[in-house]
Amino acid sequence: MNQFYSEEEGLSREELKNLQSGRLKAIVNYVYERMPFYRKRFDSLGIKPEDIKDISDIKKLPFTTKQDIVDNYPLKLLAVPMKEVVRLQSSSGTTGKNIFIPYTKNDIELWSDVMARSLWEAGVREDDIIQISYGYGLFTGGLGFHQGAEKIGATIIPASSGNTRRQIQIMQDLGTTIICCTPSYALYMAEVGNEMGVDFASLSLRVGIFGAEPWSEEMRKEIEKKMHIDAINIYGLCEIIGPGVASECLHKEGMHINEDVFYPEIINPQTGERLPPGEKGELVLTTLTKEALPLIRYRTRDICSINPEPCKCGRSFSRLSRIEGRADDMIIVRGINVFPSQIESVLLSVGGVAPYYEIIVDREKGRLDTLELRVEVSESFLSDEMRSLEELRQRLEEALESALDISVNLTLAEQGSIPRSEGKAKRVIDKREIFQRKGGERK
Amino acid sequence: MIRQLAVFLENKPGRLAAVADCLAKAGINIRALSVAETKDYGVVRFILNEPEKAKEALLKEGYAVIETEVLAVDVPDKPGGLASVTSLLAKEGINIEYCYASVIRLKESAILILQVDDKERASALLKEAGIRLLTQDDVKAI
Repeated sequence: MNQFYSEEEGLSREELKNLQSGRLKAIVNYVYERMPFYRKRFDSLGIKPEDIKDISDIKKLPFTTKQDIVDNYPLKLLAVPMKEVVRLQSSSGTTGKNIFIPYTKNDIELWSDVMARSLWEAGVREDDIIQISYGYGLFTGGLGFHQGAEKIGATIIPASSGNTRRQIQIMQDLGTTIICCTPSYALYMAEVGNEMGVDFASLSLRVGIFGAEPWSEEMRKEIEKKMHIDAINIYGLCEIIGPGVASECLHKEGMHINEDVFYPEIINPQTGERLPPGEKGELVLTTLTKEALPLIRYRTRDICSINPEPCKCGRSFSRLSRIEGRADDMIIVRGINVFPSQIESVLLSVGGVAPYYEIIVDREKGRLDTLELRVEVSESFLSDEMRSLEELRQRLEEALESALDISVNLTLAEQGSIPRSEGKAKRVIDKREIFQRKGGERK
Repeated sequence: MIRQLAVFLENKPGRLAAVADCLAKAGINIRALSVAETKDYGVVRFILNEPEKAKEALLKEGYAVIETEVLAVDVPDKPGGLASVTSLLAKEGINIEYCYASVIRLKESAILILQVDDKERASALLKEAGIRLLTQDDVKAI
């Protein structure tokens, strides 16, 4: 079928279920044989691979969390010999250190395939010129899109992030038809383009594929209006593969989950109990075919819902709603994941400050996100000399930037000025209006 | 050498006023003061008539108080007065970290508050050159 990139996208629900059942049995066997971590965990719960007969048995299996990956830093969870690992990418951990995710050749092929499907359903074809303005490097954004676009055979401009004026110049001069970046960066590009006197309506730009951070329908409308494009939502996370776990078609009515390879469930984040279709809860994903680091029932901590109704486009995969929040305290700034606990461990390792801090995330209209950190200087580090205070501030700022991969504006605060609640400071103040508020409720 | 109290303050409206108010309520007299600031925060340094009482009052209100010893130099109030002190220290390779003048003038001289990297040697040198250094009692008596 020419309308889909892969034939799996057109399977009937029954065929899909059979495929998922077979793959689940195989992956459970695989992790039990190859990963002491899972073998121990299954044994301690009295679960044998034979107990898993079809996809509905998945609920018998235990969850895997980011903490499990952090605890096995850097690569203790490998299911293949290191020589079969052809790539490492990374994502933020919960401490000062990032986690690393390994890929075999087949894993890269799988990633390229799901990314090609995602781009294809957004209308990308081989005659397109695709400008990839996600960061290239350890972050999965740049390379993920790159591999998918290469598979389709589109012309790639690996622009990476930053240098916005040049990005717009490229768009104009080379006739970019597809832009890929974070939604907030798209808005910023539109703003800078305006300042440069660029008329977006006259450009060849047709579609934008945006992800790596939560955004709203309002933002979609704003981007579409300012850039004269269709704005498409895409979802993914490094632990599972990177971008390409789920993505929208041009109907823009939810993201098709690549269910033949990533099995989705929605659970109540407090009880772990499975929720029926349509209900909002935490997304849990099982990689059905991954080789280097397969994950069983991985808790993404992303709050969303799943719509099992078939889409107008004919794909049978169920659809993921927008991410509406987090089940933990992770914040996403300019597409980069940041945990308050990461910040805390950097502060403690550098020293000189009290354990009271406040994270302020803001986004002025048409600007990029800013991350401000207020920390109370510890008494022993206070000085009447500005030089030593400035040195302390710079040392902290540099340590944070190198650990978080994002620039931080650090300010030293007076003792007692950061509000305490039950002895601990209230940590994050997010001033961005990303999540739509319903009846006064706010994440 | 005399005692200096410094307070760390965020650079925003009302912070200095709050400290001044705290000292006023405790009946403290300010002899000299300097403010060093960045965009976000600053350090206010005080020479006070009763540092012990002032410290108590500031700590009680939750301020972080940094106490240091500084030199209070009696400088002739005439052209070249400051130069006579600074050139002497420069010649001996003593670095002045910061300095500020008192809000009070003596009859024919002014008080200069000096922080240097080698306080012992600086005070010996200044005394040797016939320059008077004020004591804590002097500051209280002004």
